[in-house]
Formats: sequence, C-alpha cells, structure tokens
Amino acid sequence: MIEAVVPILLAVMTAATPLLFAATGELVTEKSGVLNLGVEGMMLVGAVAGFVVTMATGSAVLGIGAAAAGGAFLALLFAVLTLGLLANQVATGLALTLFGIGLSALIGQSYVGIPLDRLPRLDVPGLSDLPVVGALVFGHDALIYLSLVMVGVVHWFLYRTRKGLILRAVGENHDAAHAIGYPVLTIRLLATLFGGAMCGLGGAYLSLAYTPMWAEDMVAGRGWIALALVVFATWKPGRVLAGAYLFGGVTIAQLHVQGAGFAVPSQFLSMLPYLATILVLVLISRDQVRIRLNAPACIGKTFHPAA
Amino acid sequence: MLPRLVPRGEPSTAMVWLTPVLAVALTLVCGMALFAGMGFDPLDALYAYFVEPVSTRFGLAELAVKTTPLALIAVGLAIGFRANVWNIGAEGQLTMGAVLGGGLALAAYGAEGPWLMPLMLVAGALGGMAWAAIPAFLRTRFNASEILTSLMLVYVAGLLLNWLVHGPWRDPDGFNFPQSRMFNPEALLPSLLDGTRLHLGFPLALVAVAAGWFLLARTFVGFQIKVLGLTPAAASYAGFDRNRLVWFCLLASGALAGLAGVVEAAGPIGQLVPSISPGYGFTAIIVAFLGRLHPAGILPAAALVALSYIGGESAQITMQLPVAVTGVFQGMLLFFLLASDVLIRYRVRWGAAGGVREAVP
Repeated sequence: MIEAVVPILLAVMTAATPLLFAATGELVTEKSGVLNLGVEGMMLVGAVAGFVVTMATGSAVLGIGAAAAGGAFLALLFAVLTLGLLANQVATGLALTLFGIGLSALIGQSYVGIPLDRLPRLDVPGLSDLPVVGALVFGHDALIYLSLVMVGVVHWFLYRTRKGLILRAVGENHDAAHAIGYPVLTIRLLATLFGGAMCGLGGAYLSLAYTPMWAEDMVAGRGWIALALVVFATWKPGRVLAGAYLFGGVTIAQLHVQGAGFAVPSQFLSMLPYLATILVLVLISRDQVRIRLNAPACIGKTFHPAA
Repeated sequence: MLPRLVPRGEPSTAMVWLTPVLAVALTLVCGMALFAGMGFDPLDALYAYFVEPVSTRFGLAELAVKTTPLALIAVGLAIGFRANVWNIGAEGQLTMGAVLGGGLALAAYGAEGPWLMPLMLVAGALGGMAWAAIPAFLRTRFNASEILTSLMLVYVAGLLLNWLVHGPWRDPDGFNFPQSRMFNPEALLPSLLDGTRLHLGFPLALVAVAAGWFLLARTFVGFQIKVLGLTPAAASYAGFDRNRLVWFCLLASGALAGLAGVVEAAGPIGQLVPSISPGYGFTAIIVAFLGRLHPAGILPAAALVALSYIGGESAQITMQLPVAVTGVFQGMLLFFLLASDVLIRYRVRWGAAGGVREAVP
C-alpha cells in the first residue's frame, strides 16, 4: 500500500518545486517592500534560458545558471524602473510578465517541442534502494534538494541574521531605515534580483525536469499561483513550503483523476489548481488583521529619499 | 556624474502627453536594433511592420477591426485603474462574453430574427460582468486581491470555453474540429464597408470611449473614482463608499470586456473557437496606460497597439518574422512608457545633490 503512494508523492514534489522556487524568491522580494508581479514572466524567461543553454552546451549546470541569470535580468529591468525611475510597481510587474511572455516565445521559437533528457536524479548507491524512504529521501534531482535548502536558507537569513533583520526593516518602514542610514534602494535591488533568480530556477525546473521541453507560455499561470502562495503563507518561508506542496498535491490529484477516466471532462479537472488558488486566497485574506500584521508595511510603495 | 531626480512642485501636464510619444520613439529605436540583430534591414523591417499593412483600404479596415476590442476593454480597465482597482482578468471576461453571446447565437440557431443581435450584445456584456462580479465579491467581502482572483479566472474561463467547443457546442457537421457552427447571418455583426471586415463593433467602441469620457469627466461616480485613486484617505473622509466603487469599476470593466468578446465572436470570427482573442485582454492593459487612463488617449493608443498586431501578422508572412516579436514590441512599449513617466513628477538634474545652486549674477 505504502509502496503505491511513493510515486504519487514523488510526482507531488516535482509539481511543487517550480512553485516553491518562485514563491520563496518572491517572498524575499516582498519582505524588502517590493511587489514584483512579474513572476510569470521571469519564470518563462528562466524556463527558456535554461532549456536553450542546456541544449546548446549539453550541460544542465550551465542551463540552470542561465535560467537564474535570465530571471535576474528581468528582475533588473523591474528594479531599474521601479527603484530607479520610481515607476508604479503593479503596472511594471504586469509589463514584466507581458514582456517575458513575448521574449521567451521569441527566444524559444526554434526549440518548441524538442525533447531533452530529464535532469538526472542523484542516486546514492545503496540508500536509494531502501524501500519507501530510499525513493522519498534519496534519488531526487539536484534542483529539488536546492529548493528545499533555499527555503531553509531564506528562513535562516530573514530571521537569524542581522542582514535579514535590516531587509525586513526596509520592508516595514523605508523612511525609518533610510534615516538610520541603511541603503534602502541597494537592499531592495538585491532582494529583487534574488527573487528574479529564484523565479528563473522555478522556470528551469519546468523546462528541464517537470516536462523536459520548451513550449510557449508553458508556465501556465504558475507564476501567479506562486504570488498567491506568498499571501497564503503570510510571508513565512516554512508555510510557503507547505503551500507549494499542497498545490503540487492538487495538481497531481487532478491528473490522477483524469487518468483514472472519471466521467468529469478533463477541462473541469484542469480548473482545480486555479480554483484552489482563489479558495486559499479567500480563506487567508478574509482575516484582515492577520494580513495586516504579517504583510510588510511598505509593500508596493515607491521610495524616493528626497520626496 | 549620476543624474538625480528632483520632484516637481506640480505634475507636468505637458509630460503626461509627451512621454507616450517618447516611449513610442524609444520602442521604434530598440525595435530597429532588434531587427538588425535578427539579420533584417531595420528600415525595411519597420516599413513592412508598420506601414505596408495599412497602406491599403483593406488594411485600414483591419486596423479598425483590431482597434475595436482593444479600445472597448481599455476604456473599462482605465476606469478601474483610476481608482486603483486592478482588474487584470479582462481576458477571462472577454471569453465569458463570447461564451454567453455566442451561446445565445447557437441556441437561436435556425430561429434567428432581428432581435437576436441586440440580445447577443447584452448577453455578452452580462457574461463579462458576471465573471468580473466574482473578484468584486471576493474583494469586497473577503478582502482577496482582485489582481490574483481575476487572473485565475482567466484560466478557468479559457478551460470552460475549451470544454464547450470540444463537447456540447461542437459543430455536428464539423469533422470533429473543436469549434462551434458558423453563426447564421442574423447573428453576425453587419459589415460596414464592402470588401473589408469592418463591422458594427467599431462604432460601438467609439460610443464606449465617449461614454467612458463622460463618466470620468462629467459624473459624480467618475469624480469619486478619481478621488479614491489619488488619495484614498480623502475618499473615505468624504464618505465615499469604497466597496461600491470597487463593484462599479469591476462590473463596468467586465461588461466592456464581455462586449469585446461577443463582438469578436460575432464579428471577425463568426463562430466560437477555443481561443477567441490573441491576448487582447492583457494587451489592453498596455493600451490603457499608453492612453494615460484617459478615454481620449485610449483611442489612438488602441490604434497603435492594433497596428503592432497587424504588423506582426504581416511581417510573419512577408519576412518570416516570428509572431512573438509583437509581444516583445508591446512589452517594450509599456516598459519605456513607465520609465519615461518619471518625467511627469520629477525633473532630471545632473550634478551633486545639495548645496550646488545656479550662480546668481
């Protein structure tokens, strides 16, 4: 019985990992007071960059690096506009997504539908063969481990280091942080770039491991789901992990029901992750006090020292 | 020496209308660089993209055809954006407008009459409105971000339409293609110009633009919307009902997006297909900003963005340019616009901050 559950749990992990990367990155960005709605665009550029570079060089490591760089590049555009030129963060984030959709389609146009070897799983001789535990703990691909490590690192950084405290202070009250002498814009720039790189990694996971190929618009709303996850997690890294795996579960459950041939049309089952996102947002947002206590107070606000 | 931004005492009105021009110019320059990088002669490519397609009567009519949905949606979005209500699910509302309006056309198949077209338009608007009512309810009742909920509903609406045209509404004589029957002539928007696809939707869009202008400039609701967007504190001090304004903005933009959907289905497409629009609902966001969230600006902005669609299609045929170039152009345009908008509220000054002043003779 337990043996049968293992492949399902593994599938849930692969479905959750892109969300986990993107939501963890966006969490750091938002904690610094920046709301970057361009997650979908950054994931797409990461996905196509990872795929194209892996194809061209044959090295998944280089591909993953390119994906992070691609996501960070888009985040840099966002930072120049919102931090440097004081543009509205909501509008710029939307622009980033629209631009990312177009740019990734342009870069990837001659790569559509070409299959690629899946990111290799890291088997530990002996340990991977253990029943249940072996498959669940050992033998994942490197990015799954990296995503889990990053959650821990982000939690440690935000709540256990001085720099993390400063980042949170900038997100809570940029005027006070500026008055004490912290470089508000530099900190926000770094947080935004980190968020972009993580979104790029999330995209790369889609194009290198989840469905190892490139297709236009293949992120299919996961960027927006990741944004919702950050709210759902009330800006806490541990809860982002729980939320991402919950959503991975919904996605996989939906696929299994489709595969089992129930009389429900597949389109209705495919709606489930999106409907679940709405439901989860509603459940968490209706407690306004909780949102207000946890959301970074300066999120989305433009900072100009002279103003 | 780094340039500094110095706040202006008052936003510059001239810059409000100059920055879109600047953004278009910068986009064209970057576009030429992009074309050159892809190995095309930049000037030839620009000509093929932006001039050739509209150099014929048919091309000009196509421009109006594509301007129609963009202007319809963007006027609605602009009303919401003015109040900081971010409906970005217009694509889904458009789809639902097409579903309801087109569904009516299919239900009346074989029993059409002159009453059908007006009813279809109303049904389309209602479909979009109903879809936008969901984020409005969730926002006002549960405080859920309308950005995320309206966007999630885009995917839900797309899947619903997909199911309809694959299943219950599939053309019985259509060789199993996922599309509905072709609508009968009574369920199609009348053509306005022989030999082109220009249809009644275009004048409808002009009416919507005028109505949007009237609403924002001449009515109390429009005033409340502007106050809520500029200074929410003042709006609540004045006792404006914030929730009612959120409802109003979402329903209005939903109705217009739904109208755009039924206009597309009953206009250029003439049936229901899995994908009613090439992302008009999202591109209209660019149109709204480019038009300065002002109906008078939205019309030329919609025409310009429509041109980028037509140019993209024609360059795909004549130069084998990938159609994705259109999206890159549109994204760049919005980037440059948002970037240059800094000039509205700030001056650029070169030199060190602080003490340095111009010498007084």
